[in-house]
Amino acid sequence: MTRISLARIALYVISTLVLVYLILPVLIIAPISFSSARFLTFPPPSFSTRWYQQYFSNSAWMQATRVTLTVAFLTVVIATPLGVAAAYAISQSKLRIMRVIHMALLLPLVVPIIITAVGIFFVYAKVGLVATMPGLVLANVMLGLPYVVISVLAGLQSFDPAQEMVARSLGMNRLRSFFAVTLPQIKSSVVAGGIFAFISAMDETIVALFISGGQYQPLTKRMFTALRDEIDPTIAAISTLMTAASFMLVLLASTRQKKGG
Amino acid sequence: MATSVPDPSQKHQRREHGLMLALVSPALLVILLLIVLPVGWLAWQSIYHDGFTLENYRRVFTEDIYWRSFALTFEISLAVTLIALLLGYPVAYLANSLPKGWSILILSLVVLPFWTSVLVRAYAWLALLQRTGVINQFLRYLDVISEPLALAHNTFGTVVATVHILLPFMVLPLYATMQKIPGDLMQAGASLGASPSLTFCRVFLPLSLPGVLAGCTMVFVLCLGFYITPELLGGGRTVMVSMLVSRNVELYNQFGAASAVAVVLLLSVLAIFFVVSRFISLDRVLGQK
Repeated sequence: MTRISLARIALYVISTLVLVYLILPVLIIAPISFSSARFLTFPPPSFSTRWYQQYFSNSAWMQATRVTLTVAFLTVVIATPLGVAAAYAISQSKLRIMRVIHMALLLPLVVPIIITAVGIFFVYAKVGLVATMPGLVLANVMLGLPYVVISVLAGLQSFDPAQEMVARSLGMNRLRSFFAVTLPQIKSSVVAGGIFAFISAMDETIVALFISGGQYQPLTKRMFTALRDEIDPTIAAISTLMTAASFMLVLLASTRQKKGG
Repeated sequence: MATSVPDPSQKHQRREHGLMLALVSPALLVILLLIVLPVGWLAWQSIYHDGFTLENYRRVFTEDIYWRSFALTFEISLAVTLIALLLGYPVAYLANSLPKGWSILILSLVVLPFWTSVLVRAYAWLALLQRTGVINQFLRYLDVISEPLALAHNTFGTVVATVHILLPFMVLPLYATMQKIPGDLMQAGASLGASPSLTFCRVFLPLSLPGVLAGCTMVFVLCLGFYITPELLGGGRTVMVSMLVSRNVELYNQFGAASAVAVVLLLSVLAIFFVVSRFISLDRVLGQK
């Protein structure tokens, strides 16, 4: 009996330590960003918002932020309809080739991102898309598609296509029946897929390192370059803001999914 | 899946097929142009430079620097996978054995870092591990050490940060598999007189192996292509394959060599997926997200 409880206690202790290991680095950023010290010091000397002021008053960081937000927004606007259409076709069609297409749409998750990045760089160099906004958006649409497809396919799994048949037999055309009957029922998974595509575009770093440049550099590329040179708490402030944004978006996505149930 | 009433008219069916292909084609086009074409281009570039050549592959397979990098990458990936399994299994097991509310809390904590940028987490680890970092300062504050420990800018830092980033990919498939193991099997084992550790080893552990395989595959494969953490936490000494690719492109303009390295890396990944697909469904590996 004591041996069982000992094993159980060990399980609790190990799991707690692992969870601390998982969470601590995410939480450590915030206190650093609000510390007044130029370099990391423990314990932090005093509270200050100077790194946030530095971020918001720096035109290079602001330009990078605009690029990131624009890219992420355009990615969602393009990837969501493409992903929804594809997921709908994959779930409804009896065609054999759809299985292959389904796998192809998941390729961005399978191919190591560094390979994708270098490949896109070579292709973009030939067609003149390096360091351009369209180039950056297109690459992020490709990377975001799998999230939309996976999320919407999961939503369609619990949807009964016979309902759409009923609407059509009552005289609605295909498009109208999709918007009137199908879409409202899978709305939450569409929204969730779009949010994941947004986060993916916001966090994307490696492809941007290779293909972005000039005035069209997203935040992550500037952060990466800055991190290589010297650690400046401004990055902690930016990281805190990015993390907060991600968490709020995920929270939004998960509450939507629950409602859609 | 498809229309529940079989349609007699072939014409209608053909139109239906056409519509479905039209719906899927924009997304497919994006994939073809932005990942299939680029990767194909890489493959072509690795064997063609003013004529057919295997020079790039000869270099990759014979030159020391490439060999060492591939060996190091596989070693690190193996270490990361094993550590992630050792850390992830207890967490998944605990989440599986607790009532619903607690397991949701544990899983949320596991997935939470997942939604933080990899770059942000690399920065966090740098802030924690570097010579003037939080851990070193804390230990000096407590007078445990007099000289700062070399925790970052080496392989150790790379492994610590990489495990942190990949751990959710281990815990989720493990938990999903454990959920499917019927609880009465363990009770049956106990009622037949087996000790808890024996029922665990003989019943629970073997049944959880598909999850172990799925988690290990995902972690290993993702780790093979990791770039940001080794670049920022490796201190330039831990040259993983991905860094070999980027350096050949950015510093040396060796596009052919970079392409050959990328192709070998991609083939390794595909080979692993192929072998694993013989044992478990790939949906199980990729389905988690």
